[in-house]
This record gives sequence, C-alpha cells and structure tokens, in this order.
Amino acid sequence: MFGQSILSLVIWVPILAGVAVLATGSDRNAALARWVALAGALLGLIVALPLVSDFNTATSSMQFVEKAAWIPAFNVHYHLGVDGISMPLILLNSFITVLVVIAGWQVIQDKVAQYMAAFLIMSGLINGVFAALDGILFYVFFEGMLIPLYLIVGVWGGPNRVYAAFKFFLYTLLGSLLMLVSMIYLYFQSGGSFDIQTWHATALGMTAQTLMFFAFLLAFGVKVPMWPVHTWLPDAHVEAPTGGSVVLAAITLKVGAYGFLRFILPILPDASHEFAWFVIMLSLIAVAYIGLVALVQADMKKLIAYSSIAHMGFVTLGFFMFNPMGVEGGLVQMISHGFVSAALFLCIGVMYDRLHSRQIKDYGGLVNRMPVFAAFFMLFAMANAGLPATSGFVGEFMVIMAAVKVNFWFAFVAATTLIFGAAYTLWMYKRVVFGSVTNPHVEDMHDVNAREILLLGVLAVCVLAMGLYPRPFTDVMHVSVVDLLAHVAQSKLP
Amino acid sequence: MDMQTLYLIVPLAPLFGAIVAGLFGRVIGRSLSHIVTIAGVAVSFIASVLIFQDVLAGHTYNGTVYTWMVLGDLRLEVGFLIDSLTTMMMLVVTFVSLMVHIYTIGYMQDDPGYQRFFSYISLFTFSMLMLVMSNNFLQLFFGWEAVGLVSYLLIGFWYTRETAIYANLKAFLVNRVGDFGFILGIGLVLAHFGTLDYATVFAKAPQLARETITLWPDTPWKLMTVIGILLFIGAMGKSAQFPLHVWLPDSMEGPTPISALIHAATMVTAGIFMVARMSPLYELSEVALSFIMVIGAITALFMGFLGIVQNDIKRVVAYSTLSQLGYMTVALGASAYSVAVFHLMTHAFFKALLFLAAGSVIIAVHHNQDIRYMGGLKKYMPITWITSLIGSLALIGTPFLSGFYSKETIIEAVKLSHLPVADLAYWAVLIGVFVTAFYSFRMYFLVFHGKERFHHAPHSHGHGDHGHHGGTPHETPWVVTGPLLALALPSLAIGYMTIEPMLFGDFFGNAIYVADRHPVMHELNQEFHGAVAMALHAVTTLPFWLAAAGVGLSAFFYLKRPDIPAAIQKRFSFIHGMLVNKYWFDEFYSTVFAKGARLLGGSLWRRGDQAVIDGLIVNGSAHLVERLSRLVKAFQSGYIYHYAFAMLIGVFALVTWFARLT
Repeated sequence: MFGQSILSLVIWVPILAGVAVLATGSDRNAALARWVALAGALLGLIVALPLVSDFNTATSSMQFVEKAAWIPAFNVHYHLGVDGISMPLILLNSFITVLVVIAGWQVIQDKVAQYMAAFLIMSGLINGVFAALDGILFYVFFEGMLIPLYLIVGVWGGPNRVYAAFKFFLYTLLGSLLMLVSMIYLYFQSGGSFDIQTWHATALGMTAQTLMFFAFLLAFGVKVPMWPVHTWLPDAHVEAPTGGSVVLAAITLKVGAYGFLRFILPILPDASHEFAWFVIMLSLIAVAYIGLVALVQADMKKLIAYSSIAHMGFVTLGFFMFNPMGVEGGLVQMISHGFVSAALFLCIGVMYDRLHSRQIKDYGGLVNRMPVFAAFFMLFAMANAGLPATSGFVGEFMVIMAAVKVNFWFAFVAATTLIFGAAYTLWMYKRVVFGSVTNPHVEDMHDVNAREILLLGVLAVCVLAMGLYPRPFTDVMHVSVVDLLAHVAQSKLP
Repeated sequence: MDMQTLYLIVPLAPLFGAIVAGLFGRVIGRSLSHIVTIAGVAVSFIASVLIFQDVLAGHTYNGTVYTWMVLGDLRLEVGFLIDSLTTMMMLVVTFVSLMVHIYTIGYMQDDPGYQRFFSYISLFTFSMLMLVMSNNFLQLFFGWEAVGLVSYLLIGFWYTRETAIYANLKAFLVNRVGDFGFILGIGLVLAHFGTLDYATVFAKAPQLARETITLWPDTPWKLMTVIGILLFIGAMGKSAQFPLHVWLPDSMEGPTPISALIHAATMVTAGIFMVARMSPLYELSEVALSFIMVIGAITALFMGFLGIVQNDIKRVVAYSTLSQLGYMTVALGASAYSVAVFHLMTHAFFKALLFLAAGSVIIAVHHNQDIRYMGGLKKYMPITWITSLIGSLALIGTPFLSGFYSKETIIEAVKLSHLPVADLAYWAVLIGVFVTAFYSFRMYFLVFHGKERFHHAPHSHGHGDHGHHGGTPHETPWVVTGPLLALALPSLAIGYMTIEPMLFGDFFGNAIYVADRHPVMHELNQEFHGAVAMALHAVTTLPFWLAAAGVGLSAFFYLKRPDIPAAIQKRFSFIHGMLVNKYWFDEFYSTVFAKGARLLGGSLWRRGDQAVIDGLIVNGSAHLVERLSRLVKAFQSGYIYHYAFAMLIGVFALVTWFARLT
C-alpha cells in the first residue's frame, strides 16, 4: 500500500511521531513520551528499511521517486527520490535517531516530550533534505532542520548555550541565504524550474558558475564545517546535550557534505574544477591544522569536535579528487564518521552523566572502575584514529589512495592524520582511562549499565562490520558516483 | 579437509581463543581461558606444520578469502599467499607463540589480568598470521596495524603504571610515523600498478622499473626508489630501525612474555619480512637498497653500544634485539633477503629464549630487573642457566649454533655486496660482533656468575611485590622451564639443519626474487661447502675471534676486575653519559615533536581560531552589526515629529532629484 511513497513515510513518520510525543504533554507523562518517541524512532527506521532491500544498485537514476505539484505558480514540486549517494545517509539518520532517543532516556528529565519531539522532527526534516529533488523543497528542509537543533542546544544545553546556539544559527543561516539567491538565479536560468536534476543539465557561464560556487561553498562549507568557518562547531558541541552532539556530529555535518555532491559538483562542474585547488587547500588545512588544534584541547567534547572537523576534511578532499575512489571514500568516511563520532560523544556522555565534567584533567584511571566502558571506548578511539578493521580506516584509506593518484603531496598532508589522529585520540584516552585513580569522584563511578551497553554495543558492531566488510556500502554508491563523475567531467559552459 | 580450510584455521583458531578469553574470560575463569587460547594456538601450529609439508611438496597457493571492496575494475580483497616464505613465518610465529602461551601460565599466575593477557596474545597471534599470510598490500597493512594495536595494549598491560602507559603511547605514535610512510608507499603502488595484489604488482614491476615520478619540480625520482623507501619507512617503525627505534626499549614495560613474543621474535621482524616479500620491487632500486643498508648498519652498531651500559636485564636484551634487527636489515640491503629471513628465524628462537629466560630470572629474584643485584644464580636455577647460556652463545655466533650460521652469512653477504655503502656496513656489522659478545656476556656473567648480590636489591619494583622479598631464588616451575628447553633446541640446531636448504637450496624458490646483477647469493653459494665445513672454517675468520674477544673481555671485566669498567666509566664520563642517555634521542623527540606539536597546536588554536577567526571575524562582525544597529537606533527615537520631519526632508529630496532628472 505504501510501496509508492516510502520516502514520504521516511520523512513524515518521524515528524508525526514527534507531534504525537508533543501531545503527551508535560513532564508528568515523561515515561509515556519516552516510549512513544522510541516507538516513533523505531517505526521511522523500519519504514526506511525498504530503501535498502528494494534498492537497485545497477542504476544511477533516482529511485523511489515521488512527484506532485506543490506551488504551481513557481513550478515548485514535492519531488523526492534517492540514489546511491543519498540512500545510505537516510538510513544512517534513521538509525542514529533511535540511538539518540535511547541515549536521552534517563539523562533528560526536564521537558522530556519536547526534547524527544525535537529529535524526531529533526530526523524527518533531515531525511527530507537527503530525499528532496526540488530546490525549494530542499531549502525548506535544510532551513527547517536548524530550528529543532537550535532549540536542542539552546534549551537543553550547557551554561553558555545561548551564545553557542546563536553562533551556530547565524553562521549557518548566513551561508544559506546566499544559497537561496543562487537557487533563484538557477530558476531563471533553467527556464523556470526548481528541479535539481534540471539544474544539473542547465548550461551556465563561468562568471555565474564562479559566483554560485562560492555561494554554495559558503552554505555547505559552514555546515561541514570547513576551515575557516568551523568555529561554531566546538562551541555548539560543548554546550549541546549528548543527544544533540550525537546528531550534530553524526548527521548534520553530513548535510553540508551532501550538498557538495548534489549541488556544487553537478550544477557547477567548470567552477568546481577551476576552484578545486581552493577546496583541496581548505580540506588539507582542516586535516593538519585542526589535527594540531585537537591535540591541545582540555575539554573532551571540544577535542572530538575538532577531530570531527579534521575527519570531514577528508570528505571534502575526497570529493575534489574527481575519481570514484575519492568520492566514495568521502562518502564512506561520512557514514563511518556518523558511527564513530556518535559513539565517542555517547562515551563522553556516559562519563559526563557520572562526573558532570568533560575536562580531561578531572578523569584518569577510569579503567579501574569501568573496564567494560574502557573496552568500548578503546574500540571507538581506535576507530577515530583510523585503525584498519574499523570503519574509520576505510574512508581515510580510500581518500589517501585517491589523493596519491592526483598529487603525492595532497596525500602526504592528508596522511599526517595517521599521526595526529592517533596522537590526540590516544593521548586523551591515556589521560582519561589509563593510570591510577587520582580523583576520588572517579572512585565512585560505576560501569556502564545495560542501556549504555546496548547503545555502545550496536555502534561497535557497526564500526567493526563496516571496517571488515565495506563492500555493501561501496556497491550501493558506485554506480551513482561514477555517473556523477561522468557528468562533472563535461563542461557546461555555453 | 581441503587445504583452503586449513589455511583459514591457522589465523582463525587463535582469533577464536582471543574472543572467548576476551569476552567471556570472567565467566569461564582462568584455567579455561588459558586452555582455550593455548588450544587455539596449538591447532594453529599443527595446521601450520601440515601446510608446511604441503608447501614442501610443491603446493603453493594464492587465492581470495573474500572481497573487501569493489570499485569498478579494482578489487580489494582479503586473501592468502601460501609459499615457503609464508609457511616459514607461520611456523616461527605459531611455535614461539605456543611456547609463550604456556610460559604465561607460570609468569602471570598472580596477575589479576590473566584472562585479558591470554586474549591479547592470542589476538596478536591472529594479527601476525594475517600479516604474513596476506597476498596483498591492504591486508598487509591490516595485519601491520593490528599487531601494532595489540603491542600497544600489551605494553600498557599494567595500565596503572605511569611508565607503561607512556611507553605504549610512544610505541604507537612512533609506529604511526612509520605507517605514514608505509601508507603513502601503498598509495603509490596502487596509483601506478592499479592493484594491490602482490602477484600482479610483482609481475608488472619490471615494466615500471624505469618509470620516474616528479615529487618536486625538475627532480625526477625513480618510482621504485620512492616506493621502496616509503615502504621501508614503515618497516623502520615496526622493526625499530634508527631513527624510529626509540619505542622498542620502552616497550619493555610490558610483561616479559610479550617482550619475547612481540618485541623480539615476531612483530618487530614484520618489517624484515615485508622487505623480503617485496624483493621483486626492491631489486629494482639500488638507491632504496643502499638506504636500507645504511639504516641497518647504523642500527646494528649503535644500538649495540647502548646494550653495554644497560643494567635492566630486559633492556639489555632489547638493545640486543635492536642490533640484531639491524643485522637483518643490512642483509636485506645486500640483496641477501633469504639470509635476512634466515637470521629472522634463528633470532626468533634464541631471542625468545633469552627473553623468557630473563623472565624466569625476574620471577626468581622477585621482580627485580637490575642485573647489578643478581649474580651467582647458576646454582639455584640450572635450567634457566643452561638455556640462557645456549641463547647467549647462539646470539654471539658460536660455531655450530643457530645464530652462527645466520650472522656469519650476513657478514659475508655484506662483504660481497657491490653497493657503494657496503664497505661501511661491513665494518659496522663486524664491530657489532664484538659488541654483541661483550654485552651479552656482561649480562650473563653478572646474572649467573660472580657474587650473589640479590639480597642487596634496593627495592623490588615491578607489578607485584609478593612480600617474600629476600628469599633464596629457586628454579621456576615447569610451565616456565619447559618452553625454555623447547626453545633451546632450535637455538642450538636450527641453523645447522636448515642453512643448506634455506639459503643455498631452492626452499624459497619464487618466494624471494634476486636480480642477476646482484650476485651475492650466488657468490655465497660458491663459498659454501656444507654446514660443518663452514663452522670449522669459522675459527680462521675475524668474526669468531672478535666474538671470543668480547666474551673474554667481559669475563675479565665483570668476574675478575670490576674496578676497570668502573674506572672507564669515570674516565670517559661523556661517552658513558651519551650511552646512558641513548644519544639523547628521547629528549630530542619529546622536545621537538611532542612539545613542538602541542605548542604549534596551542598557538594555532589561540591565535588562529580564537583570536582571528572568532575574535576578529565572527564576534567582530557581530560587534560591527551591534555598532551599526546603535547608529540606526539613534534614528528611531519614537517621537512622531522626528519621523514626520525625516519624511518631509525625504520627500523634498526626492522631488528635487526627480525635478533635476526631467
């Protein structure tokens, strides 16, 4: 019955579930709100599963397409569809949403329904971003998802949450306004269409491409975030509640990177080639500069936030290698970073819930009290350092391999992550987990409970499975990526 | 059972043991944990023996287990290459690992992390086997990093010791510096060969022998030189070659069984194995081979010097390992890959033996590791004593013992090598013989002979002070001495038995490739007239007398006249200080790299992120908006007559402007 509208379900089930959670009302019904939220999140994941099982890996054309007129006056359509690039991201988002609901189960005691609803609604909106094939529809989802995230940071965040929320909101809004201007320009150039695939075929002069390139670059670069428009991320992470950090790192950063593949590369291929050096340079700065900055962080969340920026540098670097290895490496890195950063922020959440500190110096010797947790944390730390057999290795490896092909020195700078990534992650691990217990409060910390083991265990399985057998992921992406690259190789200059 | 299944069993049996002991160790208890892991490794060893016989019968294998990733025409796979080089490594790894597993029952019996330890060493065995059995660069890198991970976990096994968790981080990071080069080398292989499969790469290598790449303008480099050096940088990390050697001595913070298994017999030889495996590539670049030889020679000689001044029993053996790894590396540089691998094998046995014997001594003297507070242990621990003696004699190259055949052949190979750096390397390895003999027997005499000084140990450091400090040492239980005896046998005889087939027969066949223009092996073969003749002939050669002189001098110094070394130490205090401080490499690295990186990171963060980006641009523009809005706010006074006045002026201005236009 729903065979024709899977993507609509994927978008609207979480949103409606969010509305249902809101309907449970005040904190008197907190337990009900939690269960409704969990049911909604699970349902959201279940309705997304046909995207995998029915996905045709042999075609690069859009699948599960839905199209209906929305605002006929401006030729705006409710147009949905996925390919091998967007489908894995929808799955990742639906999956992470379930984890986030579980992660907030006990921690959030204040405005529970609103908290859960914000996540569910955001999940639906983000699915919309990945599924939208109409520019205006994309823009609505793209901006819409900021609102719940803004609220999550601003309401359930830390002491400096208002500054962080504002910074985050203004930063991202600034970029996207320029994107809107570009979209309107594209509407006129394409003869009155907001259809993204029509835009892919629209001929554009170099000046127009250049201007739009930087407009889109700012819009998506802020989200990724790329150096130097990254400084909102550490602040937002530090202030966000654990669930907010998880979604922020695992999903919203991917929205920016996704924009590169859906908008910048195919719509502006000539400008993309022309200014590839610029993006590559920023990406390499992100890897090396941010790697060093991460080393000196005293706050664990900041450290992982900076580590995220460095890892996302690999994504943009891979995209601008213009070969399947690089682009798919970037995509794999996105998925992997979704697992690993989610897991690391959950780990920090586990510690924070017990000691109410994120400062590295307050810990030390955790393994004496929390051996099971230490084992999980070790696995995720190693994944963050890109150890083979974890998902963290796959994307980095592919991007480095792709980069060597293009220019040895790109790969040279990128490969410094092997050293920096290990240095900042394992040095933090050493100070937090190893050693003798020096802080008496650490002595009272108890090991992970069943709920936490479930969360970390599921992510551990994902991290290992993707590291040992990444083939299913690249199989899904490959045809779409090859087609995209063939498209990008053709000039659009009139 | 077909052979493919058997190949799979070899790595998977230890992995199974590791998972069971690691995840369910607490549930199943200590003895079940060691039973399941030992059984796993034993199965793996037996399977390796069967595979070895199969390979001897001429059945090699190169096939895929599963496809890791497909990108168009490129298939990245997990697969096995089973040939004589692989099976030899499999036998060494599984045998030493089995001995170490059994030994651990005795060594770790009081340790609360007993099950965890067994899980780790089985996991190590799995990783090492994946490394040596690989048929492609990707899986090689997987094994490479996996053994590094387990090494990290095991060096930091006693995680409350500050020195241990410092050493394991250091080991991991220094290895990562090597891996940095390694992965770039792999990247160049993929970029130019279009595959990571060994067989295809090796087959295509001669076609690319003249290919050059331009790394910086106007300076073409031979592709094979760049690939060779980059891959070797990985080997320098893993096999602790100068200047990436600094992690290995510190790795002695780990429990002794893993020092024997990982940091002497197997993991540290992965770099040697890798270069031997890549011989079809290295044979195409004499620059890379020269580089290897120089690095090896420096390591062999200068790390040996450091062994002389060490007082920690494990560190003496560790520096000896560094030096011996240098010997292997020199042999690689001389295109004598099979000789390097041969020394790898003999060294694995006698060095594992020396480490395990050192561990046995450490147990006996209640976890004191300072050889100045041992002495006279010979009569208390006869098995440890005799096996240590065998190990030391093998190490210094006593004729007929295993180390003699391998080391002597390395020295001969370097002598015959035509590389421009071979002369220097020859002197380095020659002097190294004397140094090796001197520090080995310095340790031996100080531990087993002379006055009994173990009652004067200032404190019993180490992980467990069992409270019976000061009791008379006694021989360790059979789980400890059994492996010592089992390792003593190959230390005695394996060289004599295998030199002819391994070096001068066709044992390695196609597994190792040597170009015709590097005739070292061929010339060695002409000089070789059987193992017995070689040993008898040795008495007339320089290395034998150098080794004898080293033993004699150490006996004189440490048994007869201990005042002389003390006087030398005083007279040459600068040199002594330099050796004790390990040429100040640690200080240099920690200041320049560790502190430097933090300083740079800190200033990038404060100046770049906080001051410029946030301070100037982000908050700066916010302040600009604020100031602008204040300015605008001034106009919004809320008084209607202000607005009316402004409107009036505006209308007036517009009208004037329009009037002028028309």
